[in-house]
Amino acid sequence: MGCKPVIRYTARRIFQLIPVLFGVSIIVFAIINLIPGDPAQVILGERADAESIQKLRHELGLDLPLYQQYGNYLLNILQGDLGTSLVTGKAISEELLPHLAATAELTLFAMIFAVIVGVNVGIVSAWKRNTWIDYIPMLLALVGVSMPIFWLGLMEQWLFGLQLEWLPVLGRNDPRVTVETITHFYLIDTLLAGNYEQFWSSVRHLILPAMALGTIPMAYIARMTRSSMLEVLKHDYVRTARAKGLHEFFVVYKHGLKNAFAPVMTIIGLEVGRLLGGAVLTETIFGWPGVGQYIYNAIGYRDYAVIQSGILVLAVIFIVVNLIVDLLYSYLDPRIQYK
Amino acid sequence: MKKLAIKTSVVLLAALLALTGCSSGSNPSDKSSEKSASEKILVVGRGGDTVTLDPAQSTEDESNRVTEEVVETLVTYKKGTSDLSPLLAKSWEVSPDKLSVTFKLEENVKFHDGTPFNADAVVFNFERWWDPNHPYHQGTFSIFKTDMGGFKGDDSTVIEGIEKVDDHTVRVKLKHPFAPFVAMLTEPQYGIVSPESLKKSNGQFKDQLIGTGAFQFVSWTPNDKVVLKKNPEYRVPGFPKVDQLIFQVIKDNSARLNALKSGQIDLMEGVNPSDVSSLEKLPNLKTYTSASNNVGYLSFNTKQKPFDDPRVRQAISMTIDKQALIDAFYYGQAEPAVTILPSGSWGFNKELKTYPVDIEKAKQLLAEAGYPNGFQTELWAMPVARPYMPQPEKIATALQASMKQIGVDAKIVSFEWATYLDKVQSGEAPMALLGWSSATWDPTTMMYTHHRSTDSVPTNNISMYKNPEVDKLLDDALQEPDQEKRAEMYKKAQEIIYQDAPINPLVHSTPVRAASARVANYVPQVTYGPQFTDVDLTN
Repeated sequence: MGCKPVIRYTARRIFQLIPVLFGVSIIVFAIINLIPGDPAQVILGERADAESIQKLRHELGLDLPLYQQYGNYLLNILQGDLGTSLVTGKAISEELLPHLAATAELTLFAMIFAVIVGVNVGIVSAWKRNTWIDYIPMLLALVGVSMPIFWLGLMEQWLFGLQLEWLPVLGRNDPRVTVETITHFYLIDTLLAGNYEQFWSSVRHLILPAMALGTIPMAYIARMTRSSMLEVLKHDYVRTARAKGLHEFFVVYKHGLKNAFAPVMTIIGLEVGRLLGGAVLTETIFGWPGVGQYIYNAIGYRDYAVIQSGILVLAVIFIVVNLIVDLLYSYLDPRIQYK
Repeated sequence: MKKLAIKTSVVLLAALLALTGCSSGSNPSDKSSEKSASEKILVVGRGGDTVTLDPAQSTEDESNRVTEEVVETLVTYKKGTSDLSPLLAKSWEVSPDKLSVTFKLEENVKFHDGTPFNADAVVFNFERWWDPNHPYHQGTFSIFKTDMGGFKGDDSTVIEGIEKVDDHTVRVKLKHPFAPFVAMLTEPQYGIVSPESLKKSNGQFKDQLIGTGAFQFVSWTPNDKVVLKKNPEYRVPGFPKVDQLIFQVIKDNSARLNALKSGQIDLMEGVNPSDVSSLEKLPNLKTYTSASNNVGYLSFNTKQKPFDDPRVRQAISMTIDKQALIDAFYYGQAEPAVTILPSGSWGFNKELKTYPVDIEKAKQLLAEAGYPNGFQTELWAMPVARPYMPQPEKIATALQASMKQIGVDAKIVSFEWATYLDKVQSGEAPMALLGWSSATWDPTTMMYTHHRSTDSVPTNNISMYKNPEVDKLLDDALQEPDQEKRAEMYKKAQEIIYQDAPINPLVHSTPVRAASARVANYVPQVTYGPQFTDVDLTN
């Protein structure tokens, strides 16, 4: 596989982003303007009078015709300006960054948990198929997929936080500690500051929400790995490997997993994209200031600017993550080539 | 591929070690909190984030809760009571003609930026709120406008002007007597901020808030926390007691309670009423119940048929068992409402009794109104829980069953919150659940807002109620300086409204907070005013 086709393929995919994002921006703009509710009314609260509301509408530019509002928005976006929040008056890029970092950190941990547990459970299930070692994890995976995440979160808090007292139940770090932020990734920032105690505390704070958030992807991954492995283990080259006298572990993990991984990769990619979009429920339960909270709040306040730009950024992330997954396919399976 | 596999295994192994390392860890509490044991840090868990740091622009409680600890008002309420008490004003005096109020200010007070607090600062702040041409009048100042009737130049404003009498005395002149004026100044929107800081920041409050309060603003991390620290030069020696005050957002009530039990936060607002009895059994936690100054109500749209007939409204009112609602949905943490005013208000009419449950009488009234077999309608339920309405959909279901007894077949309708408010305040709902938490103890904030007729929408008078007699009483009571005479007017108005039944006040809920037993001297504030100046943390 030469380098050039990949670059061309990537360039084409990035170019394809433009119509997609344009479509996303139009849809989001249309939806938020179609749903009732007025940002000015929500910002000013229940006690505001009609005149104040009108004044604020004017200040926010909400009294302009819709095409003009959309035009202004598009113009700003094209200049790389995500706009300012209608509610707080701060630059959205500035506000979005810490929330995105919080979400990315949580997603990373959730996916590490999901991949380690999910892939291994899937492999072992396939390996020992139709035994209790297969049935029990697959039953648990089914439960995992169907579990209400807020319930799971509260149960984890109860068990690991309150009964066993192993782990903190809230936030990215101890509320009494203020982490000096540079990158807004607490794990990186605490290491940069050389504060290993806070680093460790940040890791501990990540575990429960990551487990809660990772449970559903874990279950998907386990089921996908199992079915993909079952398929692969039937092939001749697996029989050959066994015939060579390779240890069963290497047969399964080396020869089997490598070939079974492509569909699992797709699931991982989709789940990473989904989790990076923010997980409102997990963030709510664990007081996690992520991007889901940020946009969810914005919807409550009808902060049109934040909703539009936030969703646009998430769409970009989602597409980029999927592009990376697509590129990884050829790495996993050289037969897949990009043209 | 091999390299990738090896790299991946190393990363995975490290992560696994981290995971197992944690789960076998034996230090239950965070080390960081042990380290900070010498510093007293009080963490308050709350359900929502601050929206603005500008006290004058704030329209909701989460912002107010922070600004009132940093920025002081001239007047406040004594904690947990309805008694006015001095704060930045040592005293105040209403002139004999009731047309001006003179405030004597505290002396030797400094803002957190070191500039002096004096009459000039008060005049500056007042003009910022009041004068649309003031250079720092940026925003809507909607609470000021609602309270004071308008801005400088408006005919409707009650303010004639403000003047400095001497360095520590200011006088506010009124166009006509306006009885609730001083009580309104307790609201956080009337907090006095440092004029110099405003000039420096060009009127912006994005990352700063400079007042005279017991705590200084340090930082605000959106959707996470607001950090305040002790003002070392607070004018009352020995206060505040704690070194840092942190407001931590945890939206979910149950998760917030878990955080309190685990010691990650010290005090929480919004305890689920259903959790109260189990909490009271825990030795290391305390619960606090404060008097009620809110109301949850069922509103009838008096402009829509069949609710334009008072007999229909009375009939439905006679089907509602308020005590049963309180037992089922408030777990006893509420008092049945008779009128819109809670029984602790000085304007409350004690002669009135809540409509008794009387199905026969209700059926008879409905028949007289021309609906012997009842009718079909809609009952709108709020999509969000509020202290005065903790489980709106379930309460709606209970009310639906009550009405069914007299043949009123109500379909329950709900919308997302902003949509709901918009539609309800525009008069679209036949029947709707809503409520109100009052900003002051002055009866006008409840009565005028909900029962004074108005032609403009959206309005808080969501029943679209209009009774000229009530309008006159409410208008007159605003101008009457004598509290006893005002009380009589409000009582008379309540009598009329009781008969007209534009709303059915269901309950006044008593909000519950909980705190670690380490928290000392905490008295919850019912309306507004600093709560944490004298709160301490013990070991």
